[in-house]
Amino acid sequence: MGAAFGLVVARELRLALRRKGEALNVLVFFVVVASLFPFGVGPEPAMLQAMAAGVVWVAALLAAIVSMPRLFAADLADGTLEQLAASPHPLAVIVGAKVAAHWLLTGLPLALVAPLLGLQYGLPADALGVLVAALLLGTPVLSLLGAAGAALTLGVRGGGALLALLVLPLFVPVLVFGAGAVGAALSGINPGPHLSLLGAVLAVSCLVGPWAACAALRVALD
Amino acid sequence: MLRADSLACERGGRPLFARLGFALEPGSLLRVRGANGSGKTSLLRILAGLTRPAAGEVRWRGEAIGGLDDAYRREMLFIGHAAGVKDDMTVAENLDFACRLSGATAAGAEIAGALEALGIARLAPLPARFLSQGQRRRAALARLALPGAAPLWLLDEPFAALDEDGIGRVAALCGAHLAAGGLVVLTSHQEVPLAAPAAQAAELRL
Repeated sequence: MGAAFGLVVARELRLALRRKGEALNVLVFFVVVASLFPFGVGPEPAMLQAMAAGVVWVAALLAAIVSMPRLFAADLADGTLEQLAASPHPLAVIVGAKVAAHWLLTGLPLALVAPLLGLQYGLPADALGVLVAALLLGTPVLSLLGAAGAALTLGVRGGGALLALLVLPLFVPVLVFGAGAVGAALSGINPGPHLSLLGAVLAVSCLVGPWAACAALRVALD
Repeated sequence: MLRADSLACERGGRPLFARLGFALEPGSLLRVRGANGSGKTSLLRILAGLTRPAAGEVRWRGEAIGGLDDAYRREMLFIGHAAGVKDDMTVAENLDFACRLSGATAAGAEIAGALEALGIARLAPLPARFLSQGQRRRAALARLALPGAAPLWLLDEPFAALDEDGIGRVAALCGAHLAAGGLVVLTSHQEVPLAAPAAQAAELRL
């Protein structure tokens, strides 16, 4: 089981390495969206600092949505999804591996780049740390729930827009607790409870996400 | 060993076949024939456990495949209509991944040998996106030539897009597999020069 997980993660990373543009596009999209807001709202430092966490989080959600539709679609088109489903490994392990690889390629880079955006908005150092911690806890949730949405909309025409409609509402708790943690740090309150709640959301998504994605994939392959 | 009992299949609300049954013993070949849209691919996907039949069940060594799950898929090799080859990986990498995914490991020499058996050894380091349709098919079918292949082969149109040389190579592999006591279920439109004894080769018309 562990071997199959590692095998699929290695394959996804190798494929991403051969197509560097795709993963990089998501990262650039994230940076560009987050950098657009100051042009719209003006250079007022206090306002920028107050809205920083929310802007970074919304940009992260949108970046996750942009990267999601291709998660299973490419494998469906060339028949490899069928091969993965017909392999002697539980489909949940394979889906879990694909989600893990997706997070390594999108969520993790977002979390690592976020301090740069935070600086742009004038966040103090301790708030930057909380922002990264919150992103590290929250972005896996985006990959997990997004995978379920991607599986549900597999093979649907115009699935990208439908995927956004399906999944974005599910991301609301992540947005609330994620931005809340940074807000708490800014106003000198302990951000621990927010981060704990994010962790709880992650634990629930770990249980629900792959299971829902598997059920949807079986229907798509049927 | 492989048994289908009163299988029925529906696609899009339209019945394709019903009360379909057969039994295959080790060393036997089942060739599924039928017009376009008669349900050949659906039958193979049901046998592979990818599609649920509308009625009936498939049994492997006497047990329903739904209950066997991973244990059944370990003994089955399914090659579908799409080749299942990743464009961005080389031919050798694709074969290596397919082999590891099936739970086996193959040394570099075995990978090279399997590609040689399909006549595509020189394509090994080439990304699959440069392959022609027939070469892609050969790259997918190279799994058949790996040592320690699963006993049950389910091949959907294995000869499509192959030239005469390729058909001969794949037919020889199937023949050797049957001679070694394996089972082969394949769909095909054309006559195939399989070296199986007539008694062991059955034909199913849909």
